[in-house]
Amino acid sequence: MTQPKTIIEKIWNNHIVHQEPGKPDLLYIDLHLIHEVTSPQAFEGLRMKGRKVRRPELTFATMDHNVPTKQRHIIKDEVSKKQMHTLKENCEEFGVPLADIDHPDQGIVHVIGPELGLTQPGKTIVCGDSHTSTHGAFGALAFGIGTSEVEHVLSTQTLGQAPPKTLEVKVNGKLGTGVTAKDLILAVIAKYGVRFGTGYVIEYTGEAVRNLSMEERMTVCNMSIEAGARAGLISPDDTTIEYLRGRRHVPDGEAFDEAAEKWRALATDEGASYDATVEINADEVEPQVTWGTNPSMCIPVSANVPDPASQEKDYEQDAVERALSYMGLEANQPIDSVEIEHVFIGSCTNSRLSDLKKAAEIVRGRKVHDKVTALVVPGSKTVKEQAEAEGLDVIFKTAGFEWRDAGCSMCLAMNDDIVPPGERCASTSNRNFEGRQGNGARTHLVSPEMAAAAALEGHFVDVRKYTNTAVNR
Amino acid sequence: MEPIRVHSGLVYPLNRANVDTDQIIPKQFLKRIERQGFGQFLFYHWRFDEEGEKRDSFTMNKEKYNDASILVAGDNFGCGSSREHAPWAILDYGFKVVIAPSFADIFYNNCVKNGILPVRLTEDETQAIIKKAEHEKLKLTVDLEKQLVVGEKEFNFNFDISDYHKQMLLNGWDEIAVTLTNEDKITAYEQRQQITG
Ligand code: SF4
Repeated sequence: MTQPKTIIEKIWNNHIVHQEPGKPDLLYIDLHLIHEVTSPQAFEGLRMKGRKVRRPELTFATMDHNVPTKQRHIIKDEVSKKQMHTLKENCEEFGVPLADIDHPDQGIVHVIGPELGLTQPGKTIVCGDSHTSTHGAFGALAFGIGTSEVEHVLSTQTLGQAPPKTLEVKVNGKLGTGVTAKDLILAVIAKYGVRFGTGYVIEYTGEAVRNLSMEERMTVCNMSIEAGARAGLISPDDTTIEYLRGRRHVPDGEAFDEAAEKWRALATDEGASYDATVEINADEVEPQVTWGTNPSMCIPVSANVPDPASQEKDYEQDAVERALSYMGLEANQPIDSVEIEHVFIGSCTNSRLSDLKKAAEIVRGRKVHDKVTALVVPGSKTVKEQAEAEGLDVIFKTAGFEWRDAGCSMCLAMNDDIVPPGERCASTSNRNFEGRQGNGARTHLVSPEMAAAAALEGHFVDVRKYTNTAVNR
Repeated sequence: MEPIRVHSGLVYPLNRANVDTDQIIPKQFLKRIERQGFGQFLFYHWRFDEEGEKRDSFTMNKEKYNDASILVAGDNFGCGSSREHAPWAILDYGFKVVIAPSFADIFYNNCVKNGILPVRLTEDETQAIIKKAEHEKLKLTVDLEKQLVVGEKEFNFNFDISDYHKQMLLNGWDEIAVTLTNEDKITAYEQRQQITG
């Protein structure tokens, strides 16, 4: 009998091109996604050495980080404009398919890959972007790479990688009403820290994970990197297969059934072992809000901001003190007393149709608080169109939200969507690092539902207050 | 890529854990399409205030660290974004070696590919170096071949590095050229998997 294997080992073994003792394995890459920020130097490297793109048809590019989300074609920043122009030229020169700013498929790279069916179970997927882990939701081995590695993949369609250790994150039980996939992954990172996944590939397992929709799974896998893991994945099942059926780059008819068979067989075998396992009980998870400057600095909405004095080591005290001072918070302050000026619903973590729908449910028939500027930025043009077809834009706009075009936007504020210094934002993105949303900006990570509720009240509030009435209605 | 074998230089101690790549190089500087010239933006918002003046409160601005070429920092250095602009900025500023108890995976790889030597020491060893360098000018020699960090009077620490990364740094390899020596195997794989173009 063959040894039971994890999906991670199966995908790895299927992609080994070459092995040599003392060297990393040379892995074949099935899909290489590209965006404007981390690729120009890689293409330049190819040109300098007279190298080609080995498999342009396995490469797919889009523009997302820099693009304006209103007045689409007025790019004030000359350097941004040049970067986008450079991507277009590079794609033309090397024959790489590109969904540029005018293309109907344009969107955040981690939203459009799955949407188009480019992302499939069993594939190795890379992108010069750390949130490539998102694609792991499909049971793909997907991870972020640096620009030198982008150049390496362009030129060879392979990457040298040392076999990772495997880590199971097992989520027992069920999530409560009003508790989302975002709360779950934030709670995992709050519990185990920002580096427990370093050196590992995570597989998320357990009842609560099986019950997640595909879009919720993407939210979870997206934030694997915030736990230090380059990749995080979920074994494919019926949910995965039904999501993929009928998508553009997925085979159809009999070929689909054959593919689905193969995908199912990739799931981790009964009895396979991991190098490490951590567990969390889903029913203990509450809606979360981050209070500090990394995603593990996170507490339930009912809790108080921590006190530096209660930290054990002096450098931990320093870290909490520095974070509180940057965030303009007092020790022991209840997090739901914290007032906000901005709300951002968007990013590759939470900008898909179901995210927008859930936020719209909270917002419907209500008004954004006077002092709050609130933004909805759909993850792709397709998401935007679908949302408009369902009337979500009207719900948001009537409530006082701005309804924007697709892009990364205020997740990293490389375009004009910036939180001013000292101001505070409830954000559905994935990083609350200092200055992430603008120099001096203060970011609190939350779910789309929590962001919507904060927009209405002007401070954080337990969204279950709204979801319960929604149930009662 | 410049090979690195032995490096002697002054230490700049940055006693912070979880230094993310957004701090190493803020996003507004990622718009350039070149690899050079990022050093001026290293730790930009820590080094400079809103008016672009140097902040006295940030120790890197102290004169005694002006010629530092070894950066010593806390745990989980380089976490966050995959931006290779981070090691480009570190190298361009003049650092050749980064020492920390641990590094984020992508950042570690990015260092090696740019000829920066990332050295993992224990928490205690790192803290000992940091404490010393906070009080006086501290010179260290980092010997990649022997995998040793030594001071003039004290410190003699071993470090681990994979043989492959070591050889890459010692030889300044172009990794793509190395991979292309196995091009026949890539082609054979594509034929087996029926990947045709
Ligand atoms: S939305 Fe944010 S995290 Fe996602 S790819 Fe864009 S910038 Fe990166």
